[in-house]
Amino acid sequence: MASIEQGKQAILLNKKYKEGLLNFLSAQGILVFFLICMFAFSLFSEQFLSQSNIMTVVRQASIIGIIAVGVTIVIIGGNLDLSVGSMLSFSTVLVVDLHDKIGPAGAIVLMFVLTLMIGAVNGLLIGFMRLNSLIVTLAMLSAVQGLVLIYSGGKNVDIANQSDTWFAIFGRGYVLGIAVPVILFAVLAIIVQVGMSYTSYGRRIFAVGGNPAAAVYSGIRRNWCVFSTYLISAFCVACAALVLGSRVMGSQNNVGQGYELLVLAGIILGGTSLLGGAGSVWKTIIGVLILGFIQNGLLLLGYPYYTQWLVTWVIIILAVWLDLANKRKRLFTTHS
Amino acid sequence: MSTTAISRNPRHSADSPSPVLSLINITKKFPGVIALNKVSFDVRAGEVHALLGENGAGKSTLMKVLAGKHQPNGGQIFLAGEKKFFENPKQAKKSGIVLIHQEQSLVPEMSVAENIFLGSLPLKWGNRVDWKKLHADSTEILKRLKCTFSSRDMVSNLSIAKKQMVEIARALVFTPRIVVFDEPTASLTDHEKPVLYDIIRNLQKQGVGIVYISHRMDEIFHLSQRISVLRDGEYNGTLNTADTSEDEVTKLMIGRTLKLDHASKPREFKENMLELRSLTVKGVFEDISFNVRKGEIVGMYGLVGAGRSEVAETIFGLRQPSAGEILLDGKVESIRSTHDAVARGIALVPEDRKDKGLILGMNCRDNMTLSALGSVSSMGFMKTSEEKVVYDKYQRAMKIKTPSWRQKVGNLSGGNQQKIVIGKWLHTHPKLLILDEPTRGIDVGSKAEIHGLIKELARSGYAVLVISSEMPEVLGVSNRIIAMYEGRVTAEFDGDAVSEDKLVQAITGQYVTETSGPAHSASA
Ligand SMILES: Nc1ncnc2c1ncn2[C@@H]1O[C@H](COP(=O)(O)OP(=O)(O)OP(=O)(O)O)[C@@H](O)[C@H]1O
Ligand SMILES: [Mg+2]
Repeated sequence: MASIEQGKQAILLNKKYKEGLLNFLSAQGILVFFLICMFAFSLFSEQFLSQSNIMTVVRQASIIGIIAVGVTIVIIGGNLDLSVGSMLSFSTVLVVDLHDKIGPAGAIVLMFVLTLMIGAVNGLLIGFMRLNSLIVTLAMLSAVQGLVLIYSGGKNVDIANQSDTWFAIFGRGYVLGIAVPVILFAVLAIIVQVGMSYTSYGRRIFAVGGNPAAAVYSGIRRNWCVFSTYLISAFCVACAALVLGSRVMGSQNNVGQGYELLVLAGIILGGTSLLGGAGSVWKTIIGVLILGFIQNGLLLLGYPYYTQWLVTWVIIILAVWLDLANKRKRLFTTHS
Repeated sequence: MSTTAISRNPRHSADSPSPVLSLINITKKFPGVIALNKVSFDVRAGEVHALLGENGAGKSTLMKVLAGKHQPNGGQIFLAGEKKFFENPKQAKKSGIVLIHQEQSLVPEMSVAENIFLGSLPLKWGNRVDWKKLHADSTEILKRLKCTFSSRDMVSNLSIAKKQMVEIARALVFTPRIVVFDEPTASLTDHEKPVLYDIIRNLQKQGVGIVYISHRMDEIFHLSQRISVLRDGEYNGTLNTADTSEDEVTKLMIGRTLKLDHASKPREFKENMLELRSLTVKGVFEDISFNVRKGEIVGMYGLVGAGRSEVAETIFGLRQPSAGEILLDGKVESIRSTHDAVARGIALVPEDRKDKGLILGMNCRDNMTLSALGSVSSMGFMKTSEEKVVYDKYQRAMKIKTPSWRQKVGNLSGGNQQKIVIGKWLHTHPKLLILDEPTRGIDVGSKAEIHGLIKELARSGYAVLVISSEMPEVLGVSNRIIAMYEGRVTAEFDGDAVSEDKLVQAITGQYVTETSGPAHSASA
């Protein structure tokens, strides 16, 4: 009897210990993993932790980051947005092509308007017609890619006179020694985070994502809320297109290809649940930066750039698994 | 001393006085709360042991510990003399322990049959689900429960009462040793209750030990042989049902005898706040006409499926009428959405708090202010200190038990969740307050307080419409009572002068008064 007692005590203790470890891993696991990678990279590459390299990484991550800020809001509201990749292609091609035709100011305005219109179509279909967001935005992903090809006739576009246009500032400029894309990223992130945490609008989005039926029963206009998240997402894509177009001063038809997955990876890594009703922009920023540093580290170590795709995949699986493990309080499921 | 108790249950208690199940010194802590502090509890074979206590006393938690859903921080579980440690609900189920949850735990996207047999689907050829057997067995169980819906129905399409019956059906899949009913009748009407009682007596005859949690004294005294009371997470004594009284039990529960709700009903009525003129939603209800005046409480009584909630939802903009008119304050209004309804001063406390009333992952404070965000923000920015003031006000008024406002609503006890929903709508200061089963899951003490609150609101000029399946509640608060049967109003009564018999007749379609209008007799 005594030994049984001890055995049970041991199970209980073991369980407690395991739960503690799990909690720690799921809350901080990604950060720990990140630190180990950083440490490893810095051993093999002296450049890695240099100030200029860090600034480079942040600058490069800012395009994904800007888009991820918008998509985070869509996800908190309980939906997905997979169309951001080809929307980025569309907006970049548009702004670059129009730059020489109607001037930078007109190009920017028109690009924003058209991008927001695509977002509005997403919002109408998902918010008001209640169609499944995964399917609608996936369809939009290919529809918009088609639109880009029709628009450009399959040719790449670029800006003829790249040296003296103020359009360069968005991608190449610096203010007080900080790259403009980084500033844009930071400002956007702060505005959106403040909006989500401190306004009644943010509260409504959290409610709609957390329990749509209860939100409606609380007098919240669910349709409009969902609609607005797609507008925000489109706005962020337009900002990202501004940075991208200005940086390369030209565009291929498919520059944005794969961005939707990188964005999603950053968000998941940060720990925002895809179920909706929870999450934050801060988490997304951390996730996006982690992704950026790991990709940069791999490049510095001399791996070809496509290894990053594989590594990204591994990290996403790891993140999703730890998240789930925390929910069911064990690493492996016992159910068949 | 126990002879009377035994006489109610002749077959088993007498020859098996030793309990099949003993919980000894169970302790369970959550962050910031000691939900159970060294609680002991036992159940004999073939007995109904009632478990009572205020909202948040720890009843559901104790039963979740028993069913393996929570692991205790201390204490032991003995089943038939054997010491058990359940790491998960599956193990407990294997040992023959079935828990009928207070907060329903069905999978909405699955059929009724799949839900009933969840985790134990009948198989054939090794690993294929035997659908034929599944539906045959489910239909059999549903028949025993006198349910009218099909085993192929999707759970998400069922009303809350039907969902509750599915939840109960789970207990009948195989013969268990212990069945725990956690407030099974909270969402049932008087119509379905006798079926449940029969089921319980049958289980008793088979020697199953039963734990019965409820806030309704009449049921407790009707069914149980023993009553145990929890208070603030501590064991507070056990009584033989035959030797005790409601007063004694109440005193053990809340430390005082219940001061009955002496607040008198409101008496001053002004002009019509709400008037329905032949309101119809095709296939749901037809030709509904009644009015609610300012300062008046109108009760709506009827069976499940009579269409009461649907009428409320139509007034609240969730359904669009196919004919008829809704008048607010004397003006015909078209209410296209819940947003419209709230803007016009209508509030609806829905019957299903978990699916429609609350954002379970959100904290208590944020849930409380969700329907009136404008009142706690300026220029769109939240004023969190004012939110806190609002929360504190209702937390105190209704004695909501929670360690802090930061607690997720999903972690609150059932009754306390209900109080949050009520507070949430009171705070909108509506002109018309509709309450659909307002005191579902609320303990006897708080119930009286909430009834008092409702009357006070009416007295200060609110128009109140109360939907309830509890006759004492309807009779206790209403100035007038509207009886509904199968989507129609069958009668309208004076709330002080009606007999229970007449009410029952009216909601079963056997009584049609002249007040119900000529439309009915014409179509009848
Ligand atoms: N998962 C949880 N996390 C944190 N606290 C919890 C959790 N579950 C229960 N509690 C707390 O434990 C206490 C007891 O809750 P319990 O649900 O057992 O009450 P109850 O007696 O069933 O009440 P009711 O009559 O309202 O159903 C409450 O204060 C509740 O807030
Ligand atoms: Mg409970």
